[in-house]
Amino acid sequence: MTTRRDFLRNTSAAAAIAAANAALRPGIANALTAMPVYPAGVHEFEELPIKELLMDAIGAAKAAGATWADARIGRYRQNFVGTREKQIVQVGDTDSIGLGVRALVNGAWGFAASQNLTRDGVAAAAREAAAIAKANRIPGAAPVVLAPAPAVPNGTWKSSYEIDPFTIPVEQKAQMLIDANTEAMKVANVKFVNSFLFFIREDRNYANTDGTFTTQTVIRSWVPFTATAVSADFSDFQSRGNVVQPMGRGWEFIVASNLVGNARKWGEEAAEKLKAKPVDVGRYDLVLHPSHLWLTIHESVAHPTELDRAMGYEANYAGTSFVAPPEKVLGTLKYGPELMNIQGDRSQDGGCGTIGWDDDGVKPDTFLIIKNGIMHDYQTSREQAPWLESYYKKNNMPVKSHGCCTADNWSSVQFQRMPNVSLLPGAKDQKWEDLIAATDRGIGIVGDGSFSIDQQRYNAQFGGQVFYEIKGGKIAGMLKDVAYQMKTPDFWNSMDMIGGKASYEMGASFFDGKGQPPQIGSVSHGCVPARFRNINVINTGRKA
Amino acid sequence: MSRSLRSLLRGGETAADPRVMTREQSQALTDRTIKLSRAEGIQVNVGGGYTANIRFADNRISTAGGVSTAALNIQSSFGPKHAVVSTNDFSDAGLERAVRQSEALAKLAPDDPESMPLLGQQEYENVNSYFDATGNLGPEGRAAAARIAIDACKAAGDLKAAGYIVTGIGANAVGNNKGLFAYQSGTSANYTLTVRTVDGTGSGWAGADHPDWSQLDVKAVAQRAIDKARLSKNPAAVEPGRYTVILEPQAVGDLVQLLAFALDARSADEGRSAFSKQGGGTKVGDKIVDERVTLYTDPADPQLLSNSFDGQGLAAHRVAWIENGVLKRLTYSRFWAQKKNQPPDAGTNAVKLAGGTQSIDDLIKSTPRGILVTRLWYLRPVDPRTVLYTGLTRDGTFLIENGKVSKAVKNMRFNESPLFMLNNLEGLGRAERVAGTEAGGDVVMPALKVRDFNFTSLSDAV
Repeated sequence: MTTRRDFLRNTSAAAAIAAANAALRPGIANALTAMPVYPAGVHEFEELPIKELLMDAIGAAKAAGATWADARIGRYRQNFVGTREKQIVQVGDTDSIGLGVRALVNGAWGFAASQNLTRDGVAAAAREAAAIAKANRIPGAAPVVLAPAPAVPNGTWKSSYEIDPFTIPVEQKAQMLIDANTEAMKVANVKFVNSFLFFIREDRNYANTDGTFTTQTVIRSWVPFTATAVSADFSDFQSRGNVVQPMGRGWEFIVASNLVGNARKWGEEAAEKLKAKPVDVGRYDLVLHPSHLWLTIHESVAHPTELDRAMGYEANYAGTSFVAPPEKVLGTLKYGPELMNIQGDRSQDGGCGTIGWDDDGVKPDTFLIIKNGIMHDYQTSREQAPWLESYYKKNNMPVKSHGCCTADNWSSVQFQRMPNVSLLPGAKDQKWEDLIAATDRGIGIVGDGSFSIDQQRYNAQFGGQVFYEIKGGKIAGMLKDVAYQMKTPDFWNSMDMIGGKASYEMGASFFDGKGQPPQIGSVSHGCVPARFRNINVINTGRKA
Repeated sequence: MSRSLRSLLRGGETAADPRVMTREQSQALTDRTIKLSRAEGIQVNVGGGYTANIRFADNRISTAGGVSTAALNIQSSFGPKHAVVSTNDFSDAGLERAVRQSEALAKLAPDDPESMPLLGQQEYENVNSYFDATGNLGPEGRAAAARIAIDACKAAGDLKAAGYIVTGIGANAVGNNKGLFAYQSGTSANYTLTVRTVDGTGSGWAGADHPDWSQLDVKAVAQRAIDKARLSKNPAAVEPGRYTVILEPQAVGDLVQLLAFALDARSADEGRSAFSKQGGGTKVGDKIVDERVTLYTDPADPQLLSNSFDGQGLAAHRVAWIENGVLKRLTYSRFWAQKKNQPPDAGTNAVKLAGGTQSIDDLIKSTPRGILVTRLWYLRPVDPRTVLYTGLTRDGTFLIENGKVSKAVKNMRFNESPLFMLNNLEGLGRAERVAGTEAGGDVVMPALKVRDFNFTSLSDAV
């Protein structure tokens, strides 16, 4: 959790820069001369003989005693533009290139990373990984065993994008944001708007000793946008943010989000919150919109079903899980009602966690984590799948990875990260409006807001962006100062209505943290609107 | 790393450590970059060093490694246009590419009406945050420290240790084409440990942090986490509500650091801060918390030893934000400072709440009924109008009855503001560095005893 004395945090200005630096993880290398060292005659990343270098790396690892090895050469880029009101705040680019090698020797892992991308350089990194693996071996410890995965001799994949955002001129990006800000500020009391465009491009190349070689291009796009309204007498201020969810798509997604066309509506929502009625504390039926519910799924379903958390590996940081021990909950824990089906996948079009092959060389499958309300499976990597062997065999399920192994940079070692984890639509063709119409006394919540959950994922509290009072099946006006408190299994078991296929939407976390040292992840959560009965709502507008 | 890791790990390095850029090397690099510039203004930030860690869980070492990092940020500006490019390619060609890219981006960028000219040369405090005990520490030293906790838990049979030790040596520098150059090197050492009981009903946390590894009492950390794990077994439920609470320094740091982040002058002037005054203006000069509260930054404070300049090279000095309960000052960015005719501030990243003289035991003894809190977790803003946060207690929450810790209680969620809490002050302990706030940074806090701390629900999490 503690970011150690981060010498990069003191770089110039703006939260965007801080975020970019936190995300950047600049290179591992020969400290004073940190740079990608290219082979003679190579001047650009695109000119690197990547396959040969990856083969050299895994060959060197084998020669140094590895029974299995993989190597990644990647280029990780970010581009962002930040504005407030009618002006630019910051624009920037980050770029990081290098190699990461894993070696399995005597059943123990070693990892090394380098920016020396010459043949000698990658081989040296591989030998280093093997040497570290040898040092990490603890006599008597159970050896790492990898679930098998079929070789992919020449895989290529790219995110579902049409226009690479890195090709769009910065002035076009800035103008779009400033135009949107201007629209929002046409609303009375809307005095401030902060908006950003944030893009990620990862060129990821992977090879392992199974004979797999893959090349992938990942693009993700995000538009943080917050309009703030201030009352004339300074007695209140209210914001509307998180208006557009991140996606694994390109510039065409930004255009389709129609920031300029929608900004006024977002501004009006911020201003209306100034006049909204403070909520009365008590128990309400909640009708949660997909733009809100995705985050509740992320925190209370996706994180607790990570197998390493359930096994105690994150105890000193993110915590463990109430969904444990696996042998006592798989097939038995009643997580929610029968209509609750939670799917893990990395294949949904435009998902932030969507990928062709993971950093174990596995093509991720689509699997149910919760089936008809019962805990059915965990998120796994190749190392983890065998931990569940007896459950899988008993239930005629294959002992194979679900493809959830990811590193956030070439310089980070890959580990289990969540896939897209989604609430599947119900059989009945109903939508948000139908759920509201069926509710006598409730609160409808749109947009994700404040969120907090304990280290085993039992007790959570969520705010939101816009809150609607529901009376007799109709929206009766806006509320403010709303947050709900929940105990995870009770909350999900109170779900009694969910939307159908047509009401399915995806939300996403762009910077999800896990591990020590921390790595970032990006993941989508699809869901339909859902109703939860009799949930405890508090009023957060304290005065003293 | 490959070729050089082993040679880097040889002991015996001193302040002239080859893993860390010296002042001269940093200046040579920034000068080299500045010479490439064709912009009106160029600012170069360079940072890097060597960080090594060991991670363990389930009474076993899970990962250990070392990472050398270095990165360079270039901000080019043409009048009110500017842009930043970051690179880790320090070759002539790499620097040239990054400089040209930042210039191209800056020219394309719309005007920033709030852009400020680069700073000229500044006077900096002399902060020595480099310690040989950290610089000379090798992987064996970290492993031996980890083994103290692992071996004790293994021997106990009913305990599992999970922890993380990370140490670093590094340097950061800023230079620009207006004659400014700032440099600071330093070391860091941080240890956090969670001990859980095998039956899953108890969990105890302890941590230590200081630039000087020799100041970390790793045996005491292990003992504290073990004691707390055992004491916290089979917690009882108490009714959520308002309690007198003793927060250990870590828990105070978790919450009060967030107050330090809320001290922005501009937001207050604009009416969107807890420090805005109804009707206009700010609360500067008002008594906002108990008079025993003094919150300040000071890079040279021997407990803080924080960076003596910010990302633009602006010198950091001692500033009291709250003094004897009165809000003395809010933080001014350079732009807002100029607009409001104020000196600019280097920020509140490193912060200290002045302590009292009481021990935690003293605070407990004076408490007929209350809750002792080890640390807080997953703090998130709920209402910026009052700096209200929610979060939960974690890894050691106990009931105090009649001046003694009587039993373990279940963790609870709170909805509380550091402002309200510091108004309800009953007692202060001695200030110490804390090891694990969610935002990180140099944070020094005392234990506090406060009344009416607002717990809103129970958690079954252990």
